[in-house]
Order: sequence, then C-alpha cells, then structure tokens
Amino acid sequence: MKTIYLDNNATTRVAPEVVEAMAPFFTTLYGNASSMHTFGGQVKKHVDRAREQVAALLSCGPSEIVFTSCGTESDNAAIRGTVEASAGRKHHVVTTRVEHLAVLSVCQHLGTHGYRVTELPVDGAGMLDLDRLEASLSDDTAIVSAMWANNETGVLFPIKDIAEICRRRGVTFHTDAVQAVGKVAIDLEAVPVDLLSLSGHKLHAPKGVGVLYVRKGTRIAPFLLGGHQESNRRAGTENVPYIVGLGRAAELAREHMADVARIGELRDRLERSILAACPDSFVNGEGSPRLPNTTNIAFEYVEGESILLLLDQAGICASSGSACTSGSLEPSHVMRAMGVPFTAAHGSTRFSLSRYTTRDEIDYVVEQMPPIIERLRELSPFVKT
Amino acid sequence: MWDYTERVMEHFRNPRNVGEIAEPDAVGEVGSMACGDVLRLTLKLDEEGRIADVKFKTFGCASSIASASALTELVKGKTLEEAETVTNQDIAAFLGGLPEQKMHCSVMGKEALEAAIENYRTGGQAKHVLEGKVVCTCFGVTEPEIERVVRENDLRTVQDVTNYCKAGGGCGGCRGEIEQILARVRGIEPEPEKPAPPKRRLTNIRKIQLIQETIEREIRPMLAKDGGDLELIDLDGDQVIVSMRGQCAVCPAAGFTLDGFVGEKLREFVSPELVVVEEKP
Repeated sequence: MKTIYLDNNATTRVAPEVVEAMAPFFTTLYGNASSMHTFGGQVKKHVDRAREQVAALLSCGPSEIVFTSCGTESDNAAIRGTVEASAGRKHHVVTTRVEHLAVLSVCQHLGTHGYRVTELPVDGAGMLDLDRLEASLSDDTAIVSAMWANNETGVLFPIKDIAEICRRRGVTFHTDAVQAVGKVAIDLEAVPVDLLSLSGHKLHAPKGVGVLYVRKGTRIAPFLLGGHQESNRRAGTENVPYIVGLGRAAELAREHMADVARIGELRDRLERSILAACPDSFVNGEGSPRLPNTTNIAFEYVEGESILLLLDQAGICASSGSACTSGSLEPSHVMRAMGVPFTAAHGSTRFSLSRYTTRDEIDYVVEQMPPIIERLRELSPFVKT
Repeated sequence: MWDYTERVMEHFRNPRNVGEIAEPDAVGEVGSMACGDVLRLTLKLDEEGRIADVKFKTFGCASSIASASALTELVKGKTLEEAETVTNQDIAAFLGGLPEQKMHCSVMGKEALEAAIENYRTGGQAKHVLEGKVVCTCFGVTEPEIERVVRENDLRTVQDVTNYCKAGGGCGGCRGEIEQILARVRGIEPEPEKPAPPKRRLTNIRKIQLIQETIEREIRPMLAKDGGDLELIDLDGDQVIVSMRGQCAVCPAAGFTLDGFVGEKLREFVSPELVVVEEKP
C-alpha cells in the first residue's frame, strides 16, 4: 500500500539532494573542521558555506547563525542563555500558552526557580492580544518568546509587530520558527527578531541538526562550554554532514519558495472538500493567518485516535491533538488554550503537507475521510441514528 | 503508537453489537465528554432473565471501542447475576491484553455494565451517578471507585491508578490523596519520607570558623544592646567554651542567656549537637 504522508509538521522526508550533499562527509571528507592540516581544514569551508546558505534563507548575516543539535536545543539555549546573560538583574519571562513544549517547559522550569512567568492567552482563533503582550512587559522582563507558527494549527503570530514592541521596550525577543522556516518568507532584515530557532528535519534536512539565529549584539550565554566552535557560543565538534545537509536544505527551501502557493492550494482543496463532505466539522484557527501547508480539522463527536488508526489503515499519515494519541489523558494544551469544545478537541486531526504532496494524494484523502468519520459517528453516543 | 494486540485492532475495526436497542430493559452510561470517553450500553432481557441482546455506543479511542465490543460478547446470553461476575480483567483478557495506560477502557466497560444492571434493578437513573467523595476533580473519580480498582486489580502505584481509572491524570493535584488511598486499601503505611542525608561532618577548624562567624553576626550585636559581650575560649568536641564579658559577666540572667540564646543560635547556624558552657575560672 502506498503511504500518503501528510504529517510534515512532525517531520519531513530528507530531500534526495540533501542526502547527496551529505554523503562525502561520511566517507572521504571526515576531517575535523578545526584541524590545522589541509585534510581537516578543507571541511571548514563547507561548514561556512552551509552557514551562508541558512543565512540567505533568513536574510541575515552568516555570523549570526549558530548550529545546534535540534529545535529544542535552540529554544532552550535562547531562553536560558538570555536569562543567564541578564546576570540575575531580570526575573520575568513572557511566553504564550500555545508554545511548543520546548519553550513552555523551559519557562515553567524557570517559574519554579524564582522567575515570574507570564503565559499569554490566545483567543478562539489561536491569536494573541498584542496590547496584553505589551502590558505584560516591564523593566524586569528578560525575554519574550512567541512562536512564528503554531505546530498544531499553523496559526501565524504577527511576529513583526511583536518584535517591534519588544525592540521599542528593550526586551530580547525570541521566536520559535521551527514550523515557519521554509513555509513562509522570513526576512530578518525587516523583522527585528533577536533570536530565532529552526530545526533541520522540518525542512527536508535530517533529524539531529538545528539553528539558533542570534542577532548581532544580542546578549546570550554560551549554550555549551568547551571548545571555541560556533564562535564560543556552542562548543563541540561540528556535526559536519548534518550541517552541510541543513545548508543544502535551506538552499532548496529558497528555490522552492514559489511552491508554497501550490501547497496552499492543495491544502485549501483538502480543507474545503473535507468540510463539505463531513458535517459538524470545522477548522481550528480559522480566521487567523495560517501556514499554507497545515490544516487542523475538528470533527465533532468522534475521537482522534480512532480517526488516525482508520486513516492509517488507508495508508494515510496524519496526527491529532486528542488525549489518547499523546499518552496523556487530556487534549492538547493548544486546543485547551483556544477553548475548542471538548466534543471537538478530542477529534481534532492535523494534516500537514509538503512540496512532495501531490494532487492525487489529496484527492485520495478527500475520498477516504468521509466514510471514516461516518463510521465512527455511528458508534458515537452523541449522534442520534 | 500504541502496541495494540491484533484482537484489539480486530474489534476496533469490526466492533460487535454497535447501536442502541429501542425500548431497552436497561441502560447504563458512564464517562463524560470532557474526560474523552463515554460508553452507553443498552440491554434487552428474555423471559428467563438472560441478556438476549446488548448494544453499545461509545465515544473513545480504539481500545475503548474494542473493550465495549468485547464486553457485549462476554455478557450476551448470561443472566444478570452471571454478567455481574465479569471483571475488567476479563474484558482485557478477552482482547489479549491492553496497554497499561489503556486499562481504564476495560474499567469503563465494567462500570457501564454495572450501571445498566443497577438501572434494571432499581429502575433508577440510566446515567452512572457518582457516589462518595470526589478525589480527582479533573475526571470526576470518587474515593470508592479508586478503592475498588486498587483492590480488584492489585494496583501498587499512583500511576497504576491513573492507568486504570484516570484519577490523577489531569492536574495531578490529587496524587497525594491517591497515595493515601493506596496505602489504606493495601493495608500498608505509605513509605516514610526519606530521612535527610546526614550533614557532612564538620572539621574542627570549620566548626570554629562557623562559631566565630555566628558569634560576630548573630550573638554579639544582641548582647551589645545590654552592654554585654562574649568571647570564644575553646572547643572540646561539641562543647563550646565561652567567657562572658561586660555586663554579662555580672548579670544574674547570664546562665539563661548562655543556655538559651547563645546555644540556640550556635545550634541553628553551626551544628545541632553543640552545647555551650562557661569557662571555669
């Protein structure tokens, strides 16, 4: 059976061009970029090249790119590093209730270690209130961390506006852009973000490599202590093959930026067709600007795990904010923060597309979905048959 | 991804006895939407009082659908007395086992059956009514319910209780109480809190340093208020030998000061074993 992969917000297929770019660094070019000899030293220029490729995608300087091991490391380093750099002078962090756990858990951890944490709420469409954000800031605020795009709903926060508020108030601003990079244009010349996290495996590079963008002049403590790598910010021998892979993936993302419109059309087709064919369904985050590749559809009266398992039977990969799929007992914190009714939160299903998604695949999903929902609703005590 | 048995998946894909019996003899409903699973059971009895037909409807994950399906297969053709003896373990066993964290699905099946039987016998409410004190407010689980899953499934930890009836799986505020229920039902005392690790033994030099610091910081300023003073003469094991000066040397309350105030401060800031004595002239 063919696999229809519509779970690209979880992870993506490594692009064949990326695999190709990485291959020599496992075999012939295995040197250490820090070595004095030519054999090792020649590797350094490939790392530098990757840095330039990522910088080009974000419209920033190569020296502002710090390679890390993953998006979670970047988020941790951004928040903890900023707080540490404030040297005990600032004791307040601001974030939102819908952040990825890589941000939320760090803030909550700080909350149990003497820091005051503001978790900003969102409305039913998953949107922030910027007045409220600004009102939460004080001289004691060390950092604001707000995601560029939500992983579950695809809702885009007005990052430029938030960044400008923070800039005006002199507060460091970090954005987790793990889901946004490669899916929406990011221009750090125009958007005054101080710190930005991205993850390789969300944009067709492999798992195990990420970036923290650090705007020149931003005060941040080193993420790892040791050698001089990454301008003393993150010690540890460079993960050369993966860094090269991420560089190539960034280049490909730039080349394929025009594909985004096509992906958006496919997403809209999927969304419209499912909503039309399945009564009592709606889009979570409707009304807010969203990523072009993501749709999160709530199906009233049915439960997400059952939907996913039946989709799986048809070869379709999706994901859900339902309680049962996560192993926890409550629906996702994003659904709860948005106030999605329990009847629908448990049945929310996320489809996330990539540039490899085809129209045939979308049509196949559109055909498979209604009977699955119908079947589960026949079982549901909330639907009168 | 859950590790479901083939039998769970088979019952999930092809659930038996789905639906709702028109004019049922008994109805049982448990769970709530907020909790993420609901099971509604309807029964029809024949003239001999056997379960002639049983149907279910459920809102829930694959394992709750499979558990409900299994339950209907297990009780069909049984008298209510026989059906009553079906346990949640029977449901899980029928399916070749359930993941630990999904055991609550089998418990929900058992509870729906009980609610239906009670409904038949009393003509009472179809919806399962909570009795007893609610321990877990997130999922509405009562003390008797927790006691029962612990007893019937020989549960040992709070995590077990969460797996079997969801209690403690939300905000977690009731986990302490669940711990106590576990201890009570299992007839054992909760594990005593681990005693604090013994303080590292102070060397004599460090002890003397600390005593000096404490005298300077905590003791001398207080004595000075009354025109008194004190000097450290020696340390012999845990015995701190001091000499009273100034007003303290002539004050009739000095003995009290020494034993109470000075000793207390030194025991607080240096070591709890210390005893203070005045230098023998």
